[in-house]
Amino acid sequence: MIINGVTIDKTFAEAFPMKATRAIITAQNEKWAMISAQAMTGFATSVIACGCEAGIERVLSPNETPDGRPGVAIMIYAMGGKGLAKQLETRAGQCVLTSPTSALFAGIEGGKPIPLGKNLRYFGDGFQIAKKIGGKRYWRVPVMDGEFLTEATTGMIDAVGGGNFLVLAESQPQALAACEAAIEEMRKIPNVIMPFPGGVVRSGSKVGSKYASLGASTNDAFCPTLKGVTKTDLSPEIESVMEIVIDGLSKEDIDKAMRVGIQAVCDLGAANGIKRISAGNYGGKLGPFHFHLQEIMA
Amino acid sequence: MSALTFTLKQPTDQRIDMSPLVCQKLQGMDVDAISAIELQNGKSRRRVDELFYITGMNTQEIIIAYSNNKLDFIGKELDGGSISVQGDAGAYLGMQMKSGTINVSGDTGLYAACEMKNGLLQIDGDAGDFLGGALPGNKQGMKGGTVLVKGNVGQRAGDHMRRGQILIEGNAGDYCGSRMLAGTIAVMGTTGRYLGYAMRRGTLLLWNQPQLSATFNDCGSHTLAFLPILFASFKSLNSRFSDNNAAFNRVQRYGGDMAETGRGEVLVRI
Repeated sequence: MIINGVTIDKTFAEAFPMKATRAIITAQNEKWAMISAQAMTGFATSVIACGCEAGIERVLSPNETPDGRPGVAIMIYAMGGKGLAKQLETRAGQCVLTSPTSALFAGIEGGKPIPLGKNLRYFGDGFQIAKKIGGKRYWRVPVMDGEFLTEATTGMIDAVGGGNFLVLAESQPQALAACEAAIEEMRKIPNVIMPFPGGVVRSGSKVGSKYASLGASTNDAFCPTLKGVTKTDLSPEIESVMEIVIDGLSKEDIDKAMRVGIQAVCDLGAANGIKRISAGNYGGKLGPFHFHLQEIMA
Repeated sequence: MSALTFTLKQPTDQRIDMSPLVCQKLQGMDVDAISAIELQNGKSRRRVDELFYITGMNTQEIIIAYSNNKLDFIGKELDGGSISVQGDAGAYLGMQMKSGTINVSGDTGLYAACEMKNGLLQIDGDAGDFLGGALPGNKQGMKGGTVLVKGNVGQRAGDHMRRGQILIEGNAGDYCGSRMLAGTIAVMGTTGRYLGYAMRRGTLLLWNQPQLSATFNDCGSHTLAFLPILFASFKSLNSRFSDNNAAFNRVQRYGGDMAETGRGEVLVRI
């Protein structure tokens, strides 16, 4: 398959089951809601070392938030429910509770309830106040700028992590420009995050390493500087490869995000140095979710 | 299917215990079976059809017509369905109610919504003393749900209240929120003496400055984030509380009762 001069490889991205939750952070204005959201989703690019994958889903207008203030929806993904709950609570406590004027609400109705502010309330040292409003429990925790309002729990649901595609370009600036265009379009799709910095990862990994202590190492088949010394997957003109990783609440959500992302890359086309779109997989042995690029773009 | 309607034939000298006539107990019963239910009427027990004309079949929608203040325990332990009282209700209206709705077009007596657990109870007239309170000797009053009173309420509203919300469009008598454990009482009108007497936790939300005891301390004026959410939850009510103009988020906060744990609060609109 070739779109606008860009070859779409006959391969698939391989993804695996994860647990996910969403939270809504509001603040006095969008600036402070975003600051809090960025803090909460920081150092959460990959479960390999971060314990979770997190990202900002989208900005919410005041009429979309529970307290009528500007807000940001964030999502956190982890390999298991226990790990997700721990990450959520730790991050909420250190990044949202501490952030001026912030409030924190559940972003998923249903699913299994996991603590959001349920245990953060103890920061109130006995002065915290519970309010059950409309069937939901909230905690009002006195803090130095007033009150930190948080919903007690949010929902945890089954999700999919690790959807991806690779952008192969003739130069590094061209690869990055294509990925930026893709991310801009993919951020319009609900229920997905792209957890790496700016949504783009330049250090795609393979499973295993020559060093026994490492579970993952550089994906040498896609490293352009190794074209002559390893079993490369790159043609001579490829000078830079970048990857976009997608976590989503369902396979369909990731399908949509991949489609608009790849389309945005292809719109730039061969004229802008984009040569191929490929994907990372492990022979189908790692995850049950397979995203076949040509089927997605058909 | 039309609502199951009990129309009082004539006022009785003695009080009537209406607790058998709730939706879940009547479910699946035909008119003959319902007619044969015996109600306590003073010292005697009388069949339902001796006291009421019975029409309609829908046991999940009950109407009590020509009701008066001698009809006690209406909607006791109600667990789903609706009861509409046309007229006044006696004591213990909606006592220990679990779910469903009760609507009274007139006034109610003592202990309405006492130890209520959930559901919606709306009183279009006035309510008597101990609204949402605990039975004498019991430690916890209302534990959940919403009570809306369009008129005034008597003394000790929310006595020992544990959870839920009582919304009063009119005035509240003395000792409103006394011995309150938690929950919310909102009063649009005035409040009497000894507001929040011995309250441990909970919120008294007021539209007018109360006469506070010395054991309530001023904590200053604040904008509280939970208030917009609270007011938004009132939107579905047929009440002045659902009016956009009724909402506010800026209050003067008083903490108390300091003679107790002091974790309760009186919030007054500013």
